[in-house]
Amino acid sequence: MMSVIATLPGFENPLLWILGVPLGSAGFLVVLKSWRTATWVNVGASAVTFLSSLALLEHRPAATRLLFIDDFNVYLVVLTSFVGLTTAVFSAAYIARESEAQRLSDLHLRFYHSMYQAFLFTMLLALTANNTGVMWVAVEAATLTTVLMVSLYRTREAIEAAWKYFILCSVGIGLALFGTTLVYLAAQPVMGDGADAMAWTLLVKRAHDFQPDLLNLAFVFVLVGYGTKVGLAPLHSWLPDAHAEGPTPISAVLSGLLLNVALYALLRFKMLMSANPHTLTPGPLMIMMGLSSLFLAAFMLYRRGDIKRLFAYSSIEHMGVITFAFGMGGALANFAGLMHMTMHSLTKSAIFFAVGIISQNAGTKRIADIRGLTSSHPVLGWGFVLAVLAIAGLPPMGVFMSEFLVLSSTFARAPLLAIPLALGLLLAFGALVSRLQMMAFGEPPPQQHGHGEASAVSNILALTPLWVHMLLVLVAGLYLPRELVAWFQAVARVLG
Amino acid sequence: MAELSQFSYEVAHLIGATVLMAGFQLLYQRRLFAVLNTFAFQALALAAAAAWQAHVQNAPHLYITAAIALVFKAIIVPGALHWLVEKLGIHRSVETAMSIGWTMMAGVALVALSILLVLPVTANAAALTRESLALAMSVILLGLLMMITRRNAVTQVVGFMALENGLILAAVSAKGMPLVVEISIAFSVLVAMTLFGIFFFRIRERFETLDLNDLETYRGDRQ
Repeated sequence: MMSVIATLPGFENPLLWILGVPLGSAGFLVVLKSWRTATWVNVGASAVTFLSSLALLEHRPAATRLLFIDDFNVYLVVLTSFVGLTTAVFSAAYIARESEAQRLSDLHLRFYHSMYQAFLFTMLLALTANNTGVMWVAVEAATLTTVLMVSLYRTREAIEAAWKYFILCSVGIGLALFGTTLVYLAAQPVMGDGADAMAWTLLVKRAHDFQPDLLNLAFVFVLVGYGTKVGLAPLHSWLPDAHAEGPTPISAVLSGLLLNVALYALLRFKMLMSANPHTLTPGPLMIMMGLSSLFLAAFMLYRRGDIKRLFAYSSIEHMGVITFAFGMGGALANFAGLMHMTMHSLTKSAIFFAVGIISQNAGTKRIADIRGLTSSHPVLGWGFVLAVLAIAGLPPMGVFMSEFLVLSSTFARAPLLAIPLALGLLLAFGALVSRLQMMAFGEPPPQQHGHGEASAVSNILALTPLWVHMLLVLVAGLYLPRELVAWFQAVARVLG
Repeated sequence: MAELSQFSYEVAHLIGATVLMAGFQLLYQRRLFAVLNTFAFQALALAAAAAWQAHVQNAPHLYITAAIALVFKAIIVPGALHWLVEKLGIHRSVETAMSIGWTMMAGVALVALSILLVLPVTANAAALTRESLALAMSVILLGLLMMITRRNAVTQVVGFMALENGLILAAVSAKGMPLVVEISIAFSVLVAMTLFGIFFFRIRERFETLDLNDLETYRGDRQ
């Protein structure tokens, strides 16, 4: 703590900006009365956070007892602050229309913007914390802020979704805390009392001396605990409700970012397991949970009538694929998993941007009532088509490439596991494409009961983030810069 | 680190067992107010456990954890829940999803499981930590069991807090673990939020009942 404060005067440490700006603006936004100003403060703060995170690529501050940056978390920090920024831009357009339709009061909006920044802060803290306990507190706080945002509309469904989310995830993080305590107990005889035995940077170096049985027990609790937050089956049941009932920008950051953060926490513990030669291999457990999530979600996709739930289940599917990839382990599968985390995050948030505008236009979330998007709103409609095809795994998009890598690396090492994986992916593909066809093509319904048409400015504001994300995903599918590949490979090796 | 005498070890053991016993009591209470009183008693025992660890480990910051357990969990939370139950007119009897006999048997099995799991794997840890950890894990699993077998939202919240008592018991028993105070504060915020949630969202008004089974009517999108 002291060493962090010591660097304060110079502000040389970009981490302080990355954490300080969201925290400070969360406080400021509580007292800011005008929601119109608040949307722009929100965008501005997210932009500053994103720019500071870019500084991390140039200059990496030395690890302290509280915070650290390494190859693994730096890319997630950049990704998180980038999606945080684009979602803030989308949110500006979304919130303006919600407010015009009087679905949200001024007080709720003030609260919403403050919580948005607080949520970014907790996620970035969880990613950069060099202490298992601080990371846990950050994930817990992230749960709290999102529970509050999921219940924002105060409808029966929203409160029910928030309550379910709250109870399930509280138990989840409770179990994760027990796992964290057990890891401390495993480390304490080797490293002595105090904060050293909780610091990631030090733990990994000494993990081979820890008692393996204790680590095994700890990992089971951590897997179940943080796995609940990742949305792995059978602990996923909070996820579709929370995504469907909250404001759409929140669905975008929940799917695109929070699930990644929970998975990051899990992977950090997996690194400890891999560093110790005598522990269980965590792989089979993760492969099993990954596959069951994939299958469950793939089947559920066929029965969805609500557009936001449809894509929430698709998130469960993709988190399943990612967990499967990391469970396989090895340089190639880890590489594929990291790549898929990035691609899913960009594509899924883009989809939720589109879904937000679509459901505002149509005034409904029912898939059956949404038709002919490509003829009624071409820019939005085709962007949506592109994004859904991308998430379904069609080439040449980035998601295809990462799924292909997962599949081919599995074929090379365990062909029997590759068969269910391919089957699950095909099932999900079929479901998404058939739903997409219903929504995107055909005659648009004659009368829309929505909020009316958006203004040109609002349209540009809402659609830019969508197309920026899709462009990135498309480019990643066609060409990855050599530096980026080398970097992913370096991280993949660290993950073991 | 103070000298670990046989006496201090036995006292820690005794207090831990009291927390566990309260966890069992929570399983068979049939009236809501009795559940709240039992929970208050468990929190009291937890406060004693934390204070004793603070003394034995010579770790003054654990006194703060003890104070939080005493003031917040043993007094404020049960009081607030008591008030909520009266104010919102919630049913005073507890519905169970499983008969009490079966619940108790499951509880005994869970305690046996945690002892069998924890004792062999902590052979290297200090004896004080070892037994406390087994007790703490039993309390956690009993809290989980309570959340599963009780249908009422208030008892579910109490089950969650009992689980959390187990977590804090584990954390204070882990010798020299940092951040215990921060963690117990984080939990208190979480619990406070739930209480506010029940009150301000008027869960009863919206759903007619706090029975989570009735909340399930919506569950996704029936077409």
